[in-house]
Amino acid sequence: MNNDSLHNTPLTPGRVFRLSLIMAFFLLLVAAASLLIGTAEVSLHKFMALVSGSLDAEDPARLIILRIRLPRIILAGLAGFSLALGGVVFQALLRNPLADPFILGVSSGSAFGAIMGILLGFTFSVGIPLMSFAGALLAVYLVLALGTRKMGMESSTILLTGVILNAFFTAVIMFFISIVADSRLHTMLFWLYGDLSQSRYAPLILLTPALIAASLILFSFAKELNLITTGEEIAFQLGVDVEKAKKTCLVLVSLLIGLVVSFSGLIGFVGLIVPHLSTMAFGSGHRLLIPVDSLGGATFLIAADTLARVLISPSEMPVGVITAFLGAPFFLYLLRVRGSQWSRS
Amino acid sequence: MEPILTLKKAGFRYSASWAVKGVDLDVFPGEILGILGPNGSGKTTLLKLLDGILLPHEGEVLVRGKSMVTLNRVEVAKVVAMVAQENFFRFAFSVLEVVLMGRFPHLGRLQFESNKDLEIAVDALRATHSLELSERSIHELSGGEKQRVLLARALAQEPGAVLLDEPTSFLDLKYKKEIFDLIAGLTRQKRLAVVVVSHDIDLVSQYCHRIVMLKQGSVHLAGTPDQVITEKSIQEVYECAVLVDRNPISEKPRVSLKP
Repeated sequence: MNNDSLHNTPLTPGRVFRLSLIMAFFLLLVAAASLLIGTAEVSLHKFMALVSGSLDAEDPARLIILRIRLPRIILAGLAGFSLALGGVVFQALLRNPLADPFILGVSSGSAFGAIMGILLGFTFSVGIPLMSFAGALLAVYLVLALGTRKMGMESSTILLTGVILNAFFTAVIMFFISIVADSRLHTMLFWLYGDLSQSRYAPLILLTPALIAASLILFSFAKELNLITTGEEIAFQLGVDVEKAKKTCLVLVSLLIGLVVSFSGLIGFVGLIVPHLSTMAFGSGHRLLIPVDSLGGATFLIAADTLARVLISPSEMPVGVITAFLGAPFFLYLLRVRGSQWSRS
Repeated sequence: MEPILTLKKAGFRYSASWAVKGVDLDVFPGEILGILGPNGSGKTTLLKLLDGILLPHEGEVLVRGKSMVTLNRVEVAKVVAMVAQENFFRFAFSVLEVVLMGRFPHLGRLQFESNKDLEIAVDALRATHSLELSERSIHELSGGEKQRVLLARALAQEPGAVLLDEPTSFLDLKYKKEIFDLIAGLTRQKRLAVVVVSHDIDLVSQYCHRIVMLKQGSVHLAGTPDQVITEKSIQEVYECAVLVDRNPISEKPRVSLKP
């Protein structure tokens, strides 16, 4: 047997690690470039001085990089990581290549929860993220309960259900924003389209460990996800506890999306674009797909947010506008070119 | 000889009406057992009971003498493999990846496939004459090729029993024969127990050692092809007048529709 050929050997932990390392390297490269790019000029010289610790403590470049750009880039990375991971897990569990947290209405469900939290006077550190998580769970429950038929899940039904939920949650959000019109209105409207400009370090302290824990557990379900994509009964036959795997993964994805939305607002299509590019490059196996797709998502959203900062400089736009500009045509392309291959018969 | 799978007075109902009722059945290593019966006679339900995908509402299912309800899914998947009637791959896995999925019950939560697992998968591909397909995408295969690959995945589970639900329903004559020849060979070499549900009475007659004929969820007749496939039984079960003579080569019963 020929073991030299790459495709004829099973996936090894070494290969997953090596490719993840390459993706992590790209992520750091893009993050470093993003630190240097922006309305205010920061020279490479000053950046290197900051890294080596020789930059003057009063230098404005220090403030711009450490206080403004770095927390924003970290939040963009965490959000992109979670949204891309959410997309890939939804696509596997629903056996639907067009599933994405935003399209399924899960993101707007989270936003609905967060708005409720704001109206109830909860704090931004714990209460609002938890409300956002609850909103995500509610949306996942509704999309499955309303979009599932007796004969199992039908692709377009579940997507349509998500689109309608999305419209409904958005209307409810706008309703509440309208009746409590005050000075926060502009911020909230920005937040509806995904806004990373208000990033601080404080929320990252809650977000980071939660995201790491959730993604590690999701990674441990990668083999189950592979089997579930081939059909729930077949996965069950092959030894997967399908109910447990589905419930665990859906709750963890809701947690990821809920937390991310409460900090960054509604950023659509990351969970659609990045998983498809990752699948094209690395195949459909989730043990490889989950790490490379998540790291790719972080890289993608940092790059998109950098564009949001500089395209109309000195002003800026919500990053969700950029991802929607890219994502909507991408969705239509997938529907048209690949749709026939995914539908039955 | 001890049976690998046993049904004891097993019954299953979907709502009020029983799909399978009071079925007693033993499946032994080294035999091909055919399940015949008209549409809606409970064939697929019977297969799902044997695999524990459905649990009986009455009676009991035993796997190597142990009650199905005391076993977890991984334990069952190490003994029983199934090739379902419908298989739709929405994501483009390679053939090797699909066959390696059969190793799932043998691997730990975070464990990757070892060289031994790869060897088992390659052996399974070789046994089903599909080794040359291993790098192709599952989406590129023809019906017959896909069926062989699914059989390979079932073999990669290293089961004692393989259940096949209408394995040849979408295949032409050549592939029908190919699949059944494969099944016959594997049953002999690996002492597998094979249970096959089919609408093709002549194929079942030709290849199966024993046949169970179902009517409205109950066993109407069970025995050798000679005992089960008769003009009388087919009239009673399928409500269709036929002529039964013998295949001139194999001497097995052969069914012809009366024009």
